[in-house]
Amino acid sequence: MSDPGLLRLIADLGFLLPGLLNTLKVTGMALLFGVPIGLLLALGRLGGIRPLRVVCAFVIEFFRTTPPLVQLFWFFFALPILINVEMTPFIASVVTFSIQSSAFFAEVFRGGINSIDKGQWEASKAIGMTRGQTLRRIILPQAVARMIPAFAERSIELLKTTTLVSTVSFADLMFRANDLAQRTFRPLEVYSAVALIYFTVILLFSQGAGAVERRLARGSDTMAR
Amino acid sequence: MGYQWDFATVLSYWDVLLGGGLATLRLFAVTVTLGLGGGLVMGMLRHAGSPVLRYPATAFVELFRNTPVLVQIIWFYFALPVLVPFDISPFLASAMGITLNTIAFSSEIFRGGIQSMERGQWEAAKAIGMNHAQTMRRIILPQAIKRMLAPLTNRGIEVFKMSTLASIVSYPEVLNQAKLIASMEYNPIESYTTVAIIFFVVLFPIVQATYVLERRFGKSD
Amino acid sequence: MQPIVQVQDLHKNFGSLEVLRGIDLDVTEGETVVLLGSSGSGKSTLLRCINFMEEPSSGIIRLHGKAVGQQRNGRTVYRGAELCKLRTRIGMVFQHFNLFPHMTVLQNVMEGQVTVLRRSREEAEAKAMKQLARVGLDEKAREFPARLSGGQKQRVAIARALAMDPEVMLFDEVTSALDPELVGEVLKTMRQLAEEGMTMICVTHELGFAYHVANRVTFLHQGQILEEGTPQEVLGAPKAQRVREFLEGHSLFKLPG
Repeated sequence: MSDPGLLRLIADLGFLLPGLLNTLKVTGMALLFGVPIGLLLALGRLGGIRPLRVVCAFVIEFFRTTPPLVQLFWFFFALPILINVEMTPFIASVVTFSIQSSAFFAEVFRGGINSIDKGQWEASKAIGMTRGQTLRRIILPQAVARMIPAFAERSIELLKTTTLVSTVSFADLMFRANDLAQRTFRPLEVYSAVALIYFTVILLFSQGAGAVERRLARGSDTMAR
Repeated sequence: MGYQWDFATVLSYWDVLLGGGLATLRLFAVTVTLGLGGGLVMGMLRHAGSPVLRYPATAFVELFRNTPVLVQIIWFYFALPVLVPFDISPFLASAMGITLNTIAFSSEIFRGGIQSMERGQWEAAKAIGMNHAQTMRRIILPQAIKRMLAPLTNRGIEVFKMSTLASIVSYPEVLNQAKLIASMEYNPIESYTTVAIIFFVVLFPIVQATYVLERRFGKSD
Repeated sequence: MQPIVQVQDLHKNFGSLEVLRGIDLDVTEGETVVLLGSSGSGKSTLLRCINFMEEPSSGIIRLHGKAVGQQRNGRTVYRGAELCKLRTRIGMVFQHFNLFPHMTVLQNVMEGQVTVLRRSREEAEAKAMKQLARVGLDEKAREFPARLSGGQKQRVAIARALAMDPEVMLFDEVTSALDPELVGEVLKTMRQLAEEGMTMICVTHELGFAYHVANRVTFLHQGQILEEGTPQEVLGAPKAQRVREFLEGHSLFKLPG
């Protein structure tokens, strides 16, 4: 394996890193929208209004059973024709992954809410609380702490899934890697480096999430039943 | 809304879609059997007593869990050929990437399932003179399998969806075929909607089965 | 004097299972009623119907003479908002305490007052401290429930219910989950409440409490009231065979004298 030279290596890295920034941008935006939408879907799914329950369940199931790449193509190629809007790669990516991740986050919320002891619902009901008050004051505060590991895991999955945006020409890390590999005819070095970059970033996030989890676990020792 | 939906055109290419579907199934069959089978072996390696077995297994799992599948597939398709003297077909690259990824993820399911068995079971087996392998085979795995059914089925669903990534390296699975049809007939809406519906129809019953498994045998993932 | 709680011909089914088969029960103000019966007799279900934790299948429940729910086409219909308001007037204490683990003892007792009754935080805190003192736990106000013993948790649960200023208190086997040596402090608190004039309906297995504190004992069997009377009558000289068998099963209870 010939050595491309240190300077060239640094130049190449300099080319790749803005791609990483774009990857993080898409992931961040998708999380920003995906989590609240996921909460709304979960509440709709658990709520008392039957038509809403069915609709939310359908949305969640549909976006969990269809592959993200199909969704991305649909939002990028198909939707613009349907509703007559300009769809940039970035917007299509954010829309796709917001909705896609929200379906998974909805399940995390649902699992977290369901994991809270039924006695908590009983006690709140007995002092006259409505469902809404119970969720807001009693259930969700307890559930959130339990859902952090699942959230972290889902977020990291999202980070990995956003590599797909390279297929609609959004200049994320994967896209730039493809470009660089084609230009330099050095796929082995480029793709190995990219794998390493992803690995490092994801490992860092995993460790970070683990640390946050541990701190919260310590703080909530007083919350144990 | 002025758009006229026309599925007839897409469906007239049913043979193309069918070919794509079969290609998807072929990729799925290979990746899911090798992936889950390899995952079982890897899970047991990660649980093993000897560090010589454990550390490489852990390194493998960490590498393939913390890099995106697409990066793995692309690496096998573009980077590996530089190292080896033979051609890597789109099928081979996709199969390798998805399989290794699945081995890494499912090994964690197996490891978790094995570890969740109470110590009392190990001790009881030990007390009647069983060795490690016998205990695994007769006592631990049969019980652990039940708890692992739901997360394993979930993993299977993920593997099925991952097959679409093979389209990026031009393997002619069903999404690739849809792209082809879309480019010929200029009907991306119907083409991609059709693919989405195909996946939904195939996977929805399996997802429902997962819920049943979860309820009967305990938590998933 | 008009009874504070009136239950008329109460029926409750869970699917095809008939749990309550026509219960009539009147409770006057200041009375302490103990509901006895073996498991499956429906005593907990009856209690839970009174504050509408379970919705009756048929029958009428009145609070201060006013029927709960609206009559529509011969059936009683219950609106969520009405039931929420009703539950602020009836307090309930559970077998498994169900304290809110993410809040301190004081916050537990304040929560209903602030969120449901919309009292100011100052008023709620003052009332909360008063109720905690009443059950003897004011020094534990800033602790989290995890740090308390079972008996202390249950007394906090009682304070939480009392802070809503209920007219009736319902106790659902509140000592069944406690270690034996902690049962006493909870029963003592309940006795104190009874002596202060609170109207109480208790499902319990504590026959000593029933004998010494209750004004009336009601024995349920298979969803109907089998025998009813003063503790001396029902526990001392039971008429029904089943009641006798039940008491013999509780061999720890010996009649005084």
